Amino acid sequence: MPLLVFVVIVFGVPMLVLLGGTFTKEGAFSTANLTESLQGAYLTALLGSVKISALVAVLGGVLGTFLAQAVVTSRFRTLREAVLTASGVLANFGGVPLAFAWIATLGNSGVVTTTLGLGQHGWSLYNFWGLTLVYLYFSIPLQVLTVVPALDGLRPQWREAAQNNGASTWQFWRYVGIPVLTPALLGGVVLLFGGAFSAYATAQAMVGSTVPLVTLKIADALTGNVLIGHENVALALSLDMIVVAGLVMAVYLPLQRRSARWLR
Amino acid sequence: MNGARVEFRGLRRRFGSTVALDGLDLTVEPGELIALLGPSGCGKTTALRCLAGFEQPDEGEVLVDGADITRVPANRRDAGMVFQSYSLFPNLNARDNVSFGMRVRKAPTAKRHARAQELLELVGLPSVGERYPHQLSGGQQQRVALARALALEPRVLLLDEPLSALDAKVRVTLREEIRRLQLSLGITTIFVTHDQEEALSMADRVAVLRDGRLEQVADPATLYDRPATPFVAEFVGAMNHLTGLVSGDRVTVLGQTLPVEGRAPDTAQVDVLVRPEAVLVTPVDASGAEGDGIVMVSSFRGSTARLRVHLGDGTEVLADVPGHDSARFAPGTAVRVGLVERPVLVSARSETGAATAVPEPDVV
Repeated sequence: MPLLVFVVIVFGVPMLVLLGGTFTKEGAFSTANLTESLQGAYLTALLGSVKISALVAVLGGVLGTFLAQAVVTSRFRTLREAVLTASGVLANFGGVPLAFAWIATLGNSGVVTTTLGLGQHGWSLYNFWGLTLVYLYFSIPLQVLTVVPALDGLRPQWREAAQNNGASTWQFWRYVGIPVLTPALLGGVVLLFGGAFSAYATAQAMVGSTVPLVTLKIADALTGNVLIGHENVALALSLDMIVVAGLVMAVYLPLQRRSARWLR
Repeated sequence: MNGARVEFRGLRRRFGSTVALDGLDLTVEPGELIALLGPSGCGKTTALRCLAGFEQPDEGEVLVDGADITRVPANRRDAGMVFQSYSLFPNLNARDNVSFGMRVRKAPTAKRHARAQELLELVGLPSVGERYPHQLSGGQQQRVALARALALEPRVLLLDEPLSALDAKVRVTLREEIRRLQLSLGITTIFVTHDQEEALSMADRVAVLRDGRLEQVADPATLYDRPATPFVAEFVGAMNHLTGLVSGDRVTVLGQTLPVEGRAPDTAQVDVLVRPEAVLVTPVDASGAEGDGIVMVSSFRGSTARLRVHLGDGTEVLADVPGHDSARFAPGTAVRVGLVERPVLVSARSETGAATAVPEPDVV
């Protein structure tokens, strides 16, 4: 019962407000807000968010998995614990502090940029790829945290049984290791996608409106930076985000259930 | 399938400061089922893993039919292995688990499915091919693992405590089936276990290991009746250690003089090793005659009952009596104690000097 009350207050009420606002224009039911949120600059921002989130999810997923495998197979217990602790901290290091840390390091006047003269080679942190790099800074540790338990759950007997049946290392990974880990890996990728998709403060502090992102457009609308009569477009954009997140979760949850069963 | 001759020659393996194998020499004859028996850490699993290729010995050789396979990679050895538990691939159903080795060798799908079905039938599971490991019971999983181990027709079958995670009833059924299969296929089989009942009931010969060394290798009856060392005597079955005095080739124990089995030690005072079934107990009748001891505990075991008898000198003796007689030996009963007239094993007196019944093991 307390959980139900909590869910209603925290999710139910805001959802109702969101839906009500999305489908209301000038006091009447309308789909105009939703239509507008899927056109022009709004659509560009939505696609921009999906693009950067997908890129961060894939790159972070791959790099994080390799790092996690290195952690799991490391013979140095202290190093393993240090990396996991650092990942726990860095996975939660976001927002304005992260943006300024990068600006101070690799911004136009950053320490590394000026020391190495990167500016002369066309380096800029304040674009799509710069933002991707910064997002990876917290996404890779998040993937490490997500995947390490799955890698730990990969039983040594499976590898030995595969070897005993004549399989090479590659064949073990192809037929057993990767299929068993895939749900967990994809689960991690989905989390990274969600993290990048919903990030706001880091992007706002770094790139402002240079890189079109849906979270920045919502912020614009919430701060009144919209034309009169278009206030509820922000709510429609939020609904767009919820739909995207819902689609991603629809892929993630069944995979996660299967992974949990295999790695139990 | 044809069984292969397996030889361990001077096998040594250390893990840091721990010596797992300390010069193991053992030969397994073609078609034989040999059990490696010993307490935890005695090196039995390490020996098996050296044969499977999962461990490299520091010294020594492993030979199969005379060929040195010590440095051959695990995936190129002709040995099927069943692990302790949870070794089926969770993402593959039973049929694909069994045919995994054939898939790796790129056998045609139809052929490997047919072979998998044949093997599932062989292990008594003809209808579980489509089921995933999490949909099978522990016993079924181990049968599938056995089918997988046999799929490539290996010349050596390795069983690493395959029954230890199963409940008692399934364990007994499965061990009989493994033995039946092994005999029908004629495959050389090495079975690692810490369960002496399993070892004695299944194996042609049992090799008892201790601290990485072979203590004794013999058929089950010899191992039980004529243990080569006090360790084997204590580890295999229950054994009484009684104080005795040697004179020539005879020993006096519990007031009886019996011939010594084998060579007697030089010391006069010895430990006399006597199985519980070789101890004769009779209840003292109501006439008031004095007994040798008092029954402290009586454990009914079906066909027999095991008594723990406290003797007048403080010694405790284990004795087996027929189960239908157990009511005559209730705790507190005064009994006379004697030994069956036959040669007994003796060993130099242990350092503690105390004559005691060895603590009863779980089984036998």
